Amino acid sequence: MFLEDRYDVIVIGAGHAGIEAALATARLGCKTLLATLSLENLAMMPCNPSIGGPAKGNLVREVDALGGEMGVAADKTCIQFRTLNTGKGFAVQALRAQADKRMYQFFMKSVCENTCNLDLKQLLIEDIITENDKIIGVTTETNETFLANAVILASGTYLGGRIIIGESIFNGGPNGQRAANKLSDSLKNCGIRLMRFKTGTPARVDGRTIDFSKMEIQCGVDENQNFSFITETPVINKAVCYLTYTNKRTHDILKKNLHRAPMANGVIEGVGPRYCPSIESKIIRFPDKDRHQLFLEPEGLGTQEFYVQGMSTSMPADVQIEFLRTIPGLENVKIMRHGYAIEYDCIDPLQLKQTLEFKNIAGLFSAGQSNGSSGYEEAAAQGIIAGINAAAFVKNTEPLILKRSEGYIGVLIDDLVTKGTDEPYRMLTSRAEYRLLLRHDNADIRLTPHAIRIGLASPERVEKFKTKITEIEVASNKLNETRITPCKEINEKLKSVDIGEIHTTMPIADLIKRPGVTYEKLRKIFDLPNISRNSAKQIEISLFYSGYIQKQSELADKMLNLEKISIPDDINYNLIQNLRFEAKEKLSKIRPCSIGQATRISGVSPADISVLIVWLKSIPKK
Amino acid sequence: MKQGDTISAVATAFGTAGIGIIRMSGENSIAIADKVFTAMNNKSLMTAPDRSVIFGHVKDANGEIIDEAIVLIMRSPKSYTMENVVEIQCHGGVEALRAVLRRTFEAGARPAERGEFTKRAFLNGRLDLSQAQAVLDIIQAKTPTALKAAENQLLGKTSSQIKKIRREILKIVAHIEALIDFPEDDVEDIVINEIDKKIELQIEEAQEILNNQHRGKLLREGLKVAIIGKPNVGKSSLLNYLTQSERAIVTDIPGTTRDVIEEFIDFRGIPLKLIDMAGIRDTDNPIEKIGINRAVSYIEDADIIFALFDISRSFSDEDSRILDLIRNRQVLILLTKSDLPAKINTMRIKEYSKEEVIPISIKTDSGIDSIFKFISKKIEKDSLEMSFVGNERESIILSDSIKHMKEARDAIEHDLGLDFVSIDLRSALELFSKLTGESVDEDVIDEIFSKFCIGK
Repeated sequence: MFLEDRYDVIVIGAGHAGIEAALATARLGCKTLLATLSLENLAMMPCNPSIGGPAKGNLVREVDALGGEMGVAADKTCIQFRTLNTGKGFAVQALRAQADKRMYQFFMKSVCENTCNLDLKQLLIEDIITENDKIIGVTTETNETFLANAVILASGTYLGGRIIIGESIFNGGPNGQRAANKLSDSLKNCGIRLMRFKTGTPARVDGRTIDFSKMEIQCGVDENQNFSFITETPVINKAVCYLTYTNKRTHDILKKNLHRAPMANGVIEGVGPRYCPSIESKIIRFPDKDRHQLFLEPEGLGTQEFYVQGMSTSMPADVQIEFLRTIPGLENVKIMRHGYAIEYDCIDPLQLKQTLEFKNIAGLFSAGQSNGSSGYEEAAAQGIIAGINAAAFVKNTEPLILKRSEGYIGVLIDDLVTKGTDEPYRMLTSRAEYRLLLRHDNADIRLTPHAIRIGLASPERVEKFKTKITEIEVASNKLNETRITPCKEINEKLKSVDIGEIHTTMPIADLIKRPGVTYEKLRKIFDLPNISRNSAKQIEISLFYSGYIQKQSELADKMLNLEKISIPDDINYNLIQNLRFEAKEKLSKIRPCSIGQATRISGVSPADISVLIVWLKSIPKK
Repeated sequence: MKQGDTISAVATAFGTAGIGIIRMSGENSIAIADKVFTAMNNKSLMTAPDRSVIFGHVKDANGEIIDEAIVLIMRSPKSYTMENVVEIQCHGGVEALRAVLRRTFEAGARPAERGEFTKRAFLNGRLDLSQAQAVLDIIQAKTPTALKAAENQLLGKTSSQIKKIRREILKIVAHIEALIDFPEDDVEDIVINEIDKKIELQIEEAQEILNNQHRGKLLREGLKVAIIGKPNVGKSSLLNYLTQSERAIVTDIPGTTRDVIEEFIDFRGIPLKLIDMAGIRDTDNPIEKIGINRAVSYIEDADIIFALFDISRSFSDEDSRILDLIRNRQVLILLTKSDLPAKINTMRIKEYSKEEVIPISIKTDSGIDSIFKFISKKIEKDSLEMSFVGNERESIILSDSIKHMKEARDAIEHDLGLDFVSIDLRSALELFSKLTGESVDEDVIDEIFSKFCIGK
């Protein structure tokens, strides 16, 4: 053993989770090592070249609001932007962008290389070292040892990675990378439970062999929206995507070859995600559907590689080319990389606290796909929280636990550590009970105060945030203070900007509750401050939807009361006779930190919760 | 820790007296009482002195009098729970009590859970730590299995209807959520008018359940008591005695057949449906045989059987036929005319019934108390009380879910966006799920993935 160096924090893996984690700890003043299998592949996007979407876009905004990097990187390097769900309600609107994969990676690498306290090293970690249930360091395949106060596992799909393309099966990570084969055993030896998950990706094809004229073009939408709250420049659409469909011939080929599909013939043991099925599973599960859509998405501006979105597959190479060529526009297509399935080890997230620290190993944290989640955004979201909390652990300060009513990040982590997951977990808006509160437009208002308090917000971010808050406050006060009474003069004024008559005395704030009335409209006829569009939007949303928003806030507050009743770490559930057996079992396994968290465990009834509350009250205070 | 909401329940045991007490606890209990109760002196309860007793009337939402009542106000912390507590003492019997309870729910209270008053008393520091175990025992009490007075009566009867409504709403929510979460996938669009119609239909269905459910099964139908015995054994006297001395609370139930008379009575707070089977006698007459067959089916359906034997006459073949009929059934054996000299071997009868044998005499008014004790022991009053509250709880949940479904239709009408339709429907789903014991989150997501082909 060769003692190489000492760090405050070591991050294993430099994917989307690892990068946010390492940037957070380094920025918070911890001497940090970011270890990756390949420095070429920092912040790699092994799956689709896309960032954001419903719930995921909110996660990006939240990471940004906390002082993370993903939003800034996406704004800088994405090549097409769209706002989704525009007609479905403001709370579910989301930004989604096509990324230039290489540019994104270069950007992130450069940020990491220029961050103080952060060392970037190409290393394969094979062991974690613990002492008395506390992490003390890691050992590499070259037998170097690095000591650390905290270690963050962000190993993505690399742990025990196995690639499957039809009958070809080999050990490896995504996109031709190495796998980390020994770390799993080391984790198991520390008493950590692992699960085996699976995910997959489609082929990449050569743009020069695609006949785009047979496909529908899909352009970006020029809207003045960014992922990051600190991006000043408007985004520019530089690329387009293409839509086409499978047909009966495609399906026939797949059906004929189903016996060779690793999904169907038992080669794949891992559990795959339901929201990201391979084309062969779509054919099996929805046999009546006569066509499936697919998008051809550029992998970047400087490459001919196109991602065949919707056609994820682990079929043998010959079947992949055969079925792709039945698709209009792809008749002469050449595959550059085959689609594949990847199986990998991840930890059972029920072993984690809400801080993402392992319950049984102090100082060891885990974030991203190694926690059983999926998606770049989900990974980044856990990464920044693991980073913040590892730094808090090192510095012995308060950890950051986001509530479910505070952010999708709170929902994501609470779901993982409370409910666990039996498939790669993807964030969905339907998982959030207070989604009117968790809008992408107010992520900064919800979370930037945390960033400021912790010290992760740059001076620029602090400045912008304070300006916005002041604008909203001043304008809201003005709206409430300016009262109008029905009279000819006022109603004519209103009419001049297409606002209907009033019949009672009211503050002009009430006018915004009417459909189609904007702050700008009112500013034309009343003396109101000139504020940014984003600030005005906040005011409009909170007034127009106040009824709904208030209802969800009340529910959230009610829940908050239960979250405030904490459960001591050393509680012995078996001593509480009146708990039902199932409840004892579940509570003992998950060990919730509060009554609120306990209510979300399936198998724990309201009566069990009542029993628990009474029991907690009856044990002597320390 | 003070609990924010106000709870309400019937505080008196059933069948104890003509007076029933509704107890509320929580910050708003006085305000809620003030909404439902009008004092004789027309003064607001909000300003009433602490621990004062006020006479007046409980009125419904339209101002109609439900019952006359006495209200007792105990302000925090000088009360059992250390919260604001209001007791409403009603005089109008079970039905009025029920109506008053419902009224408190309408005015903002929610049904108390099992043992919740005691739980609050404990959590607020009113009870001592040694009493914690007793509190725990109440909360997790096993639901009594005796008889059919199950806690969730509604579920027994209408759970399939509610599950159906829930299923329909779930389908709509899953469709909307699929469109929201996967806007770029191939999910078929929603025709908003169709959704609106579907919701309207489910509102009607739920409303129908609510209408039928207005009085719980047990309270609506009573505990079924079949009275059998040979002619002149004293059935009619017993029946007359019970119906005349006790309050008949429902008069609109017609006798269903020629040979069976039904009477619905409030037997000291316990609703009983007395079924007098006139036609049991040994016979070859085919018509009377039909009557006997029918009697047999009534016996099978009954919750309790009163088997009457005349102590003043010797044991007959008809008596032994009756003993055969009631073998292994829930029976109370009543030896009638106990004021007369006994001519019957009671030992033989006792062999047939594991239950008590009670001598009664209508003439001397003896034995009736024993009948009451027997019944109240049987039905475990607790379960009756819980079913009483449980029923109201279900009504409240149902009407709240209807409210949410209506809000969803409003959201459609005002074109607020699919998100809001979904949010309202989800609130309704949460409530239905409370009734059916299913979880919402996973169900919506499962439904999305099973119905729609989603994925990159």
